[in-house]
This record gives sequence, C-alpha cells and structure tokens, in this order.
Amino acid sequence: MANLTSDPSRSPLGGNDKGLFDSQLNKRYRIDSVFSAAAWAAVVVLVLVLAVLIGDVLVDGAARLSWDFITSFPSRKPEQAGLLSALVGTIWVMVIVAVVSFPLGVGAGIYLEEFAEDSWFARAIEININNLAGVPSIIYGLLGLQVFVRWLGPITGGRSILSGALTLALLILPVVIVATRESLRAVPDSLRQAGFALGATRWQVVCNQVFPLALPGILTGTILALSRAIGETAPLITIGALTFISFLPEDLQSPFTVLPIQIFNWVSRPQEAFHTNSAAGIIVLLGVLLLR
Amino acid sequence: MSVFPVNDTSLWKPARILNRRIELAVKLIFGLFALVSVATTIGIIATLIFETFEFFREVSIINFLTDSKWTPLFSSAQFGIFVLVSATVMLSGIAISVALPLGLLSAICLSEYASPKVRSILKPLLEVLAGIPSVVFGYFALLLVTPFLQSIIPELEGFNALSAGVVLGISITPLVASLSEDAISAVPQSLRDGAYALGATKRETIISVVLPAALSGIVSSVILAVSRAIGETMIVTLAAGQNPRLGLNPFVPVMAMTAFIVQASLGDTPAGSLAYRTIYAVGMSLFVLTLILNIFSFWFVRRFREKYE
Repeated sequence: MANLTSDPSRSPLGGNDKGLFDSQLNKRYRIDSVFSAAAWAAVVVLVLVLAVLIGDVLVDGAARLSWDFITSFPSRKPEQAGLLSALVGTIWVMVIVAVVSFPLGVGAGIYLEEFAEDSWFARAIEININNLAGVPSIIYGLLGLQVFVRWLGPITGGRSILSGALTLALLILPVVIVATRESLRAVPDSLRQAGFALGATRWQVVCNQVFPLALPGILTGTILALSRAIGETAPLITIGALTFISFLPEDLQSPFTVLPIQIFNWVSRPQEAFHTNSAAGIIVLLGVLLLR
Repeated sequence: MSVFPVNDTSLWKPARILNRRIELAVKLIFGLFALVSVATTIGIIATLIFETFEFFREVSIINFLTDSKWTPLFSSAQFGIFVLVSATVMLSGIAISVALPLGLLSAICLSEYASPKVRSILKPLLEVLAGIPSVVFGYFALLLVTPFLQSIIPELEGFNALSAGVVLGISITPLVASLSEDAISAVPQSLRDGAYALGATKRETIISVVLPAALSGIVSSVILAVSRAIGETMIVTLAAGQNPRLGLNPFVPVMAMTAFIVQASLGDTPAGSLAYRTIYAVGMSLFVLTLILNIFSFWFVRRFREKYE
C-alpha cells in the first residue's frame, strides 16, 4: 500500500519523478544492438570459415595441379604421385550408382506417392525411409561388407567396384525417394483428376502427365544425392576399397579406389609434399562437385 | 444415322485389358523397389545383430561395458566400449557447443535481420558449406586448425579432440542453421505483430516469442545434428587420432567409435575372426545410439510442436 502512494520513484514499476512508468527504452535498444551484432557475427564467421577453407586449399594445391597429376598413378614419391586411378575409380563407381539408384529410387517414390493406399504398410515404409536417412554412412559400409562382399562375393567379385557402387546406391536411395516424392507432390492434383476423368488408368496418368512435370525436381534431387555419394569415404573404406592402387579397374569386379579415399590416404601421410598433393586432390574433387 | 456409330470394329477401342495388365505389372515392380528400402533396414539390423551375437559369445558383455581399456588387437585384449564412447561423446559435445550458437544465431539473422537480397546470397553459401565432403573438413582440421590452435594453446598435441570437435561443429552447423530457420519462418507473423503491438523490441520479440514458438523444430535440429556428429567418420579419424583413451581431455589424441571401425577396416580382418566381429559390435553400438537419438527427435517434435493454422 505504502509503495503505490506518495513516492513514484519507489513504486514497483520503477517510476521516475514525473510518476510515469519508465520503459527503459535506451537500455533495451542497446541490448538489441548487441544481439543483432551477435547474429550477424555468426553469419560472418561462417562465411569467413568457408572462405578460409577454400582459399587455403587453393593456395596450397593449385601449384600442384597439372595434366601430369591427373594422369599419373599414385606412387611412394610425392612428386610423381597422381590421381589417375582414383579419378577413374570415382567415375566408374558414380556411373553404376546412378544407373542403380535412379530407377530404384524413382520407382519406389512413384509407388509410395501415387499407388500406395494410406495403409499401415505404406506408413511403415515411410517411417523406415526416414530412419534410413539418419543412419551414419559407415554402417552402410558394414552392411555392404557383409552382404555384397561376403555373401554375394561370387557375383560381385568381393571388394570390387560393384560392391562399392551397390553400397553407395543403398546409401543415397532414401534421398532419391524423398526427392521424388516431394517433386510428385508439387504437381497439382487437378491434373490427375483430369486424367482420371478422361478414363486413363493410374499408370497412364503418372507416366504421361505427372512424371514429365515432376522430372526436373527429381533430377535435381538425384544429382544432389549423387554429389553426396561422390564425397563419401567411410563406407567404401569399410568394404575394402584399397588405398594404394596403381592400375586401372578392368571390369566391374576389380578392386578400386576413389578420389576421397586417395585424399584421405595422402592427408594421413606425414610428409609435407603429400599434403600438397591432397590439397590438389581436393581441388579436383570440389571441381567435380561444382560441375553439377 | 447417329453421330457415334457403334459396333463398328474399325473404330478405336480403349485397350482396357492391356492397360489393366500394365497397371498391375507397374504396381508390382515399383512396389518391389519400395520394398528394397525395407530390405535394407532388415539387412542392417540382421547383420549387426548376428555378428554382435557372435561377438558376445567370445567376449562377455560385462567386460564390454566395464573394461577401462580398448585394446582389441592386442594379445591380452580388452574391450571396454566406453573408452570409445567417451571419445565420441566428447567430440560431439564440443561440436554441438560450436554448432548450436553459430547455427541458431545464423538462422535468426537469416530469417529476422537479413534483407531478401542478402538472404539470396547467404543461403547458397550455407548450402555450399553443407555440401563439402567430410574428407575436406578432415584436411582442414588436421592441417589448418590444429597448427592454429597450437599457437594459442602450446600443450595441444598434433592429434587432439579439440580441433576435430571444432571442425565437426562447423560441418554440422549448416544442418542446425537450415532446420532452425525453417522452424523460425514457420512461426506466424501475427505472433510477432502482437509482441510489437505490446511495445516489445525486436530482440525481445525474438527471444520471448519467436524462439519459444519454434522450439520444437530447433531442438529437433540440434538432436539430428548431434546424431550426425556421432556418426561422422573422416573428420575424427584424420584429426582426433587413433589412440583409445578413456577420459574427457580434449587436448590429447582419442579414438572415436567410427575411427576404430576405419582403422580396423584398413587392417587385416579375415571374416569370422574376433577382429571382424569387433567391428560389428562397435557398429551396433553406434547404430543403437543414433537410432535412439533419431527416434527421440521425432517424438519430441510430435509431442511439442505448436500447430498454427
């Protein structure tokens, strides 16, 4: 009672001597500036880190890039070591991954989005795919080791390109499926209704109307998934892609290596010169990635 | 004569039977494709369980959980999984303490403070950061961050958990940032307008109104980022070292669960040997850990998500 009467500056609302509520705006605006400075600082830090990373790789490795580097095999001497086997290995693996995962992923996506009823079965598969997307890549490597290298060894040739590509295809399958479903969902339903009204079967509607419209989105998603697969190291190491290969793969059943593994190998060596090599390798890798 | 002559066999007839058959075939084939994903999950779980089961026939589960050393390839082998788990947990802890402030503040900046033009430049940059392969981050950690940190902290060893953790954090920041930004953008403008109408400043609106409303999305993004950090392999293998050591000292080399799997895979592990099974036992622990985190994150979002209509 006593607080609210005579002396406004002692009221619980902190009144000044005019008896008015003091909104302390200046102090609050000052804290505001600190906060927004922090937010912008975070963004600046991230951009700086990106710039430093790319800049350092360029500075270190650009000198080493040459036609020789791309076309020689790895060797014990850093000056003579090159990327050829890794580059060719990456290309082989990527082609097979694309060939396997595109039909599988798009087909599964079309099924789940257009053909499956809203049953517990479809819902279970959806949950399943979401879970698979969160599994660490090295576990896919363990799966590939057991299934493709050991069980299906006679067909795939053991630790071969085929096993590696199949493992990576499984890895990016959830991504392709989700991208397909999103693109299909973006096509307006009225198109499908029109097709059904004209007497088309579901497959005719999908094949002739929906799919062509969804194709750009599906392709974008697939390319993103493939570019993720290019950079994957752990699953391939686990299934046994070797780190020192000085020959080109001859067929689907040969042992192989890929760019990220070659880089990993070089970075792990203690000699300076190999680090330069790895920087140059990274430039090549990023270049391949940026091509998409 | 009617306009549409009937029963004239030269007219177009819809190929109903053929179309029905095609429909069935397509449904079957594509359904089988969808089942591949189920087969993958079953394959992962079955493989892990089978080999782990075999592993526990040779190594008692008590030893696995309570040994204080991890020396599976020595003659007097010890299998204390918590040695590896402690390293993984410490690395993820450092990573998230980098990624959470950086990611959340960037998300706030992108959605609340940045103009559309700035946003159109910054978002692609974030995507580029997200797309960098982890080997490149590993290179960065080992050859750039470690020497830099060593100049500040002289007793830092060449392989240490601190630089690996920091770079790990940077690699998962885009995930935190983009998911948090989605959550923040989903908060309806009417909530912010109400706060402004009551006289709140922009900062007060963000901290007291927007962030609590977006909380479930932000927390789920953090949990997903942690689960990513736990499963990350190349950064920790290259920068944190290969020295299994129980404890939480970030200045010395440690071996994470994923780093062990890589090291064992690079070596000689004939099928059916104990070393082979050890890989799967560690893999099983990793899988269980990330599965629990992912399920928790889904449950959390479902339970706490505010629905705005």
